Amino acid sequence: MSDGLRNSLLFGAVALLIVGAGVIQGANTALLIVNMGLISAIMAIGVNLQWGFAGLFNIGVMGFVALGGLAAVLIAMPPTTEAWAAGGLGVIVALLLGAATVVLAVLVRLRMPKGPLRLLAMLVILIGGFFLYRSVFDPATSAVEAVNPAGTGYLGGLGLPVIIGWPVGGLLAAGAAWLVGKTALGLRSDYLAIATLGIAEITISVLKNEDWLARGVKNVVGLPRPVPYEVDLQASEGFVQAAADFGMDPVIASALVVKLAYAALFTAVLVVVLVGAQLALKSPWGRMMRAIRDNETAAEAMGKDVTRRHLQIFVLGSAVVGVAGAMMTTLDAQLTPGTYQPLRFTFLIWVMVIVGGSGNNFGSVLGGFLIWFLWVEVEPMGHVLMSLVTSGMADDSAIKANLLDSAAHMRMLTMGLVLLLVLRFFPRGLIPEK
Amino acid sequence: MSDPYGDRGNKDRSITKGGSSTLQAGRYSGQPGPAASDEPFLIGSAMTGGYGKGPDILHDCTIAVEKGEIAVIVGPNGAGKSTAMKAVFGMLDLRGGDVRLDGESIASLSPQARVVKGMGFVPQTQNIFTTMTVEENLEMGAFIRKDDFRGTMEQVYDLFPILKEKRRQKAGELSGGQRQQVAVGRALMTRPKVLMLDEPTAGVSPIVMDELFDRIIEVARTGIPILMVEQNARQALEIADKGYVLVQGCNAHSGTGQDLLADPEVRRSFLGG
Amino acid sequence: MDALNALVALTNFVIVPAVAYGSQLALGALGVTLVYGILRFSNFAHGDTMAFGAMIVVLVTWGLQGAGVSIDPLPTALLAIPFGILGTIVLVLITDRLVYRFYRAQKAKPVILVIVSMGVMFIMNGIVRFIIGPGDQRFADGERFIVSARDFKEWSGLAEPLAIRTTQGITVVTAVIVVALLFWFLGRTRTGKSMRAYSDNEDLALLSGINPERVVMVTWIIVAALATIAGTLYGLDKSFKPFVYFQLLLPIFASAIVGGLGNPLGAIAGGYLIAFAEVAITYPLKKVLGYLLPESLAPDGLVQLLSTDYKFAVSFVILLIVLLFKPTGLFDGRAH
Repeated sequence: MSDGLRNSLLFGAVALLIVGAGVIQGANTALLIVNMGLISAIMAIGVNLQWGFAGLFNIGVMGFVALGGLAAVLIAMPPTTEAWAAGGLGVIVALLLGAATVVLAVLVRLRMPKGPLRLLAMLVILIGGFFLYRSVFDPATSAVEAVNPAGTGYLGGLGLPVIIGWPVGGLLAAGAAWLVGKTALGLRSDYLAIATLGIAEITISVLKNEDWLARGVKNVVGLPRPVPYEVDLQASEGFVQAAADFGMDPVIASALVVKLAYAALFTAVLVVVLVGAQLALKSPWGRMMRAIRDNETAAEAMGKDVTRRHLQIFVLGSAVVGVAGAMMTTLDAQLTPGTYQPLRFTFLIWVMVIVGGSGNNFGSVLGGFLIWFLWVEVEPMGHVLMSLVTSGMADDSAIKANLLDSAAHMRMLTMGLVLLLVLRFFPRGLIPEK
Repeated sequence: MSDPYGDRGNKDRSITKGGSSTLQAGRYSGQPGPAASDEPFLIGSAMTGGYGKGPDILHDCTIAVEKGEIAVIVGPNGAGKSTAMKAVFGMLDLRGGDVRLDGESIASLSPQARVVKGMGFVPQTQNIFTTMTVEENLEMGAFIRKDDFRGTMEQVYDLFPILKEKRRQKAGELSGGQRQQVAVGRALMTRPKVLMLDEPTAGVSPIVMDELFDRIIEVARTGIPILMVEQNARQALEIADKGYVLVQGCNAHSGTGQDLLADPEVRRSFLGG
Repeated sequence: MDALNALVALTNFVIVPAVAYGSQLALGALGVTLVYGILRFSNFAHGDTMAFGAMIVVLVTWGLQGAGVSIDPLPTALLAIPFGILGTIVLVLITDRLVYRFYRAQKAKPVILVIVSMGVMFIMNGIVRFIIGPGDQRFADGERFIVSARDFKEWSGLAEPLAIRTTQGITVVTAVIVVALLFWFLGRTRTGKSMRAYSDNEDLALLSGINPERVVMVTWIIVAALATIAGTLYGLDKSFKPFVYFQLLLPIFASAIVGGLGNPLGAIAGGYLIAFAEVAITYPLKKVLGYLLPESLAPDGLVQLLSTDYKFAVSFVILLIVLLFKPTGLFDGRAH
């Protein structure tokens, strides 16, 4: 069996799974899986760029996803004018002060001769700057958060079309990745893993806490959409007529059309990212990246600037993840920092990459769809299984109740099992790197 | 990538620790020859082989050491000196020849099993437990012994008095020469029937080198045959009962240490005249 | 008097909680550092191993409580710990046999083992949620306080209260005993020394006749015990919730790395350092400063340097600073 045929069969099998879900649970469910599958595939490509191409171990995927989501909010939500009036200036001044403090401290570190005096100067600048920053920042944010706390209580966004938030999400994630990479990769390549893990947690803490920014755990809901709303479609006579021509209920038809519209947008992004990643992989740049991965010492000896290359691909991969994060927030139409958990947003993406095949972009796409399908479908399948297992038990049996409840946790077990089985029996993934 | 369990060039030492085992038992595919009754105590005869599936490094190479003797392997860089010793110790895939200890073929045994059989081996580098005290190093040397090893430890301390003085100190904090003494002491703790040293004087100063050679002679006087690979050919041959000059994995010359030192061809080709 | 009040306030709100939390982190970090030293990878499943051990303790505690067994004033959970340890030992040994051993035999690179441990993490997480559910579980009983706030006030006559909870006391005492036992084992016994030798120099350990599979087995047994104890103490002190243990991974890794990965002493020091920094930086210092400063200078705000939700940031920043200035950790780990 040729590779091409094999891969087509694999993609066909996953498509069949999703279609099957559509037949059993309705087209709506299938389209939900497709949409998140598209987003997952893009995230997986981002991680694959870093791990598959360059061997960089990024376990802070969640942070970049969340930054993308933040960008969607900051671009698409309408600005809160009163909040800007109340404390907008203060917040900006405070942030500038904070940045100035850090820059000053870095300058002192670079310019002053080494010694206790330099340390003292840095400490004075950092501590003094911190309190100065807080003295401007705290009243400003309190003022912002006091403006209609139940409805807004934050500065709001720019009120632009949400699609603009997608590339901006990529930029935001890229900026954060540049900072992380510059610190962790620049000094020594060793600490990336733990640095990314930490930065992801911090990003989530910031999103949860800084209510003035994106309402924290109060969540931003009702993001404007890039596609029409169902109610508008249902109100449109032309649409109702068209639905009737197809013999469909306009309510159901509108839900499907909206999801199809999302799917079309996401597919477009996926194609762009996939083509870009493939071109990058086959370009001299991509070949060099893999050469560095396979033998860093030799590449270094040949005069390749390994750290610089690593920084490039780290930023690029993170940007792709950020775009996907913004797309996900757009699809959900809300930003809920409380729901960002590493198991779901970091390690699950890793499972997709490994299962799909490290180093192969098509593998990442396949892994994205397959693993997302399992993540969604394992729970109902578990329920069916548990109902079968417990069908013989008495209805008031505690074990039965527990088993039925626990079906909800099957997805963790399944993900672990899938990852371990693939690592053991297909260590190079379903679609191996060529 | 050919190795699915490789690390994709990952150098992430914050989550993983390098330096896992490189010690692999070689496979033996040669035919053991008949044991001769008057052959040397330890002999690697007509050894041919290399690492893993790689090309042969040794070609029909024979190394032997008699009871109570010091045998040294010398030769130019890349001649396969250390490889020959590793072949005797079983860290190489032998495709021909045999290794016999006290008349018994041990060619199919793993390095660990050869230690149990009575071979003591001191690797060239990383031959001590740096984070453990000198005394703990010696204890670990005696790990396979079930009997009381305090007597052996006293003997080691008699041979290397400096170790007794520093026995509570971390071995990693010692000087280069002292570390080598710890390494040799550790190997002696199993009460080996034969001791193999891989370049024991690599990287130490000439004075320390002389002292180490003195110690090695003392060890030999206790009756333990010593097989040793040496970079410093002249000094090594001076204390050697038997010398082997290897060139490109083959026996080029062999004889007593004095013979080789006197051999004009040996002198010219690599003793520097 | 004011200085004394300030000291009591500091003790009550910073020192006592930080010592207890630090002990829990130290025990967790010891487990991580042992796996790293012997098996040479960072075990992402450690948090969930802790959750599993604590879960068994919770279940057995409920059973004991139901049967009317009690060691009042101490919490019943102490009686259940040995069962938890046994269960966890069985779990990790089965995991090693089914999962990790294959990769050792393959001589897989350590980073592959890290990814494998992610899979194990998912499975253990699933098992715990499967059995006990994702919710909050209380299982502490017995006397609540060693020193209660009211008693202390009456006894000392100070305005500030000092309360030491039983669980905090038990945490510290248990941690001291466990650490002493561990160090005795590693430093004095033949098996313990062989573990250190294996961690130090694997090739030489093999040459010395040390059996790697035995070393690995003993390591897992110790790690299981440490994880169960750490998980139970944390659960007693706060509450048992499976997801929280996963979140403990970051401070635990930070502790182990700050102290120097692979170095048990460093893991303990790192644990307390991280705990003190987290608690001190996220605690509102208003009360303490209010006693110390003259009234005119007394702070208006809470003088909380960072909100409590930033405690992860604290561990992370400390980690970063230490790595930048002393990459092998404070106690020279064997990472490089």
